[in-house]
Amino acid sequence: MISGRTRRIVVLHLAIIGLLFVLQFVLPAYHHTNLARIMVLATFAMGYNILFGYTGLMSLGHAMFFAAGMYGAGLCVYYLQFGAGAAFVLGILAGVSLAAVFGLFALRTTGVSFLIVTMMFGQACYLTLLYFNEITLGDQGFTVSGNLQALHQAGVGFAYSDPDVKFNAAWLVFAGALSISTAIAASPIGRVLIAVRVNEERTRLLGYNTFAYKWLALCVSGAIAGAAGAAYALLFSYVGASFASILYSIYPLLWTLLGGAGTTLGPLVGTGVMFYLIDLTSGWTAAYLFIVGGSLLALVLWFPQGLMGAVRARWARWLP
Amino acid sequence: MTPVLATAGLAKRFGGLLAVDNVYFEVPKGQIRAVIGPNGAGKTTLMGLISGRLTPSAGKISFNGRDVTRQRAWERARSGIVYTFQVTSIFAGLSCYENVALAAQRHLARSMFAQVLLDEKRISDRVDDALRQVGLAHVTSQRADSLPYGHQRLLEVAMSLALEPQLLILDEPTQGLANAEIDTLCQHVRAITDSVTVVIIEHNMPVVLELADCITVMERGAVLAEGEPAQIAGDTQVQRAYLGT
Ligand SMILES: Nc1ncnc2c1ncn2[C@@H]1O[C@H](COP(=O)(O)OP(=O)(O)OP(=O)(O)O)[C@@H](O)[C@H]1O
Ligand SMILES: [Mg+2]
Repeated sequence: MISGRTRRIVVLHLAIIGLLFVLQFVLPAYHHTNLARIMVLATFAMGYNILFGYTGLMSLGHAMFFAAGMYGAGLCVYYLQFGAGAAFVLGILAGVSLAAVFGLFALRTTGVSFLIVTMMFGQACYLTLLYFNEITLGDQGFTVSGNLQALHQAGVGFAYSDPDVKFNAAWLVFAGALSISTAIAASPIGRVLIAVRVNEERTRLLGYNTFAYKWLALCVSGAIAGAAGAAYALLFSYVGASFASILYSIYPLLWTLLGGAGTTLGPLVGTGVMFYLIDLTSGWTAAYLFIVGGSLLALVLWFPQGLMGAVRARWARWLP
Repeated sequence: MTPVLATAGLAKRFGGLLAVDNVYFEVPKGQIRAVIGPNGAGKTTLMGLISGRLTPSAGKISFNGRDVTRQRAWERARSGIVYTFQVTSIFAGLSCYENVALAAQRHLARSMFAQVLLDEKRISDRVDDALRQVGLAHVTSQRADSLPYGHQRLLEVAMSLALEPQLLILDEPTQGLANAEIDTLCQHVRAITDSVTVVIIEHNMPVVLELADCITVMERGAVLAEGEPAQIAGDTQVQRAYLGT
């Protein structure tokens, strides 16, 4: 049986996904490219949001899962001449395996210790990429486009350099991740993840193995971040160790906080707003980071739950 | 018949303080057992050991004849030991519905994968039942932490009921409740003991005397006396330690 709330949630999210698809026909080329990039980065943020926003575990090492996906896909194309589809799947596998193994020990810590463990491990991954520079080409980076075969489907070739292919591939990845995170957030499992965030001891005494739920959240989070990393490598062609640096662990945190932690649409809103904030101000003044920082501060002061968090609190309590 | 719950030589040390000291505590099936004793006697600590919130410094705990000393809190909760906190511990910020739903869905589906397939309708039926039982049906969609304190305690009871415990531990459930609410709560506790064994920690003596089949008196971590209500009420040692104050 489908309840009224479930129906609303499904309709809203399908409408957003549909709207993004239609935008490709109306946007000018410049924004068309931007939106493709925003959708991939928002996917990364959605993965982050499962762990941080819903389950309440703040990580400062999520760049490692993004980079795992990126290198998992990129290296396979570069050295092994994998096709895009196989490379994408491998990227996801790289993200989820790293998360699964890492979680087994990192999740023994909580709160600030978890933050520090993720940060240290993230840095270790970054340095490892640089250390094995001969294999990873970490410091100068490499491009995959030269090695990537165009996709042939029903006699038609789709080149990955074609903006339309880029956009629609990014859109597919985004739609998949949004569907998964919405399905989780609105399900009984999502309720348990939220319970872990709000009061873990109580959750445990209700009979939930909270460690298993946190581990599940981390694995899903790592898989989605890995998918984003793989998509980024394949669609925007560049693979480099800088994507494993702490900056790329801070970004998803900022995007999620800005858009609304623990809301399904927050990551998209946050990533989009931040992207255009930087885009507009940097074209206008060299001191654009001041403006970005100032706006962030203002947003956090006025909307401590983020933009979508504020929308939910004021107008739509039913939002997952 | 094996008791539902039995502890043997149970002890808990906090630094230099022996909060629970060599306790042998047995409760037969279907009984309502009251545990009384002055503040700091170790009642909550004893229940913490039984529910698995705390790990014992020594001793054994068995539940339905099985040794559960090494089981973790969530495993014990799954096998039917349910504890309602003395200091209310609800999910603040979530609605009453969500609070009880967490208990209900855990009862309906044990494994994580079974949770995925759960139908919300089955959950909501149970939630409605449990909230109605404690008289909170009218606040279903309110935020749990916006309720008055007494109602938060009742919400905890509703969460415990939705889990269908075998052993229900109530830690001072009447604290902060109005008289009428206390009466309703007592009726519920009586009504569920056909299938549930209840351990109730309580300072309110009329409640204890009305509900309890048997009373355990604790003082300074140890069991001071145990017996039927009439017997305990007449015990001079107990009166000196507790009732007389
Ligand atoms: N986590 C802890 N760390 C250190 N000491 C503790 C801890 N928990 C309880 N104690 C101490 O253990 C003793 C027993 O406390 P407990 O809470 O079990 O008593 P109680 O019988 O439940 O009292 P009350 O009637 O006030 O609830 C007290 O002296 C208390 O200060
Ligand atoms: Mg106590």
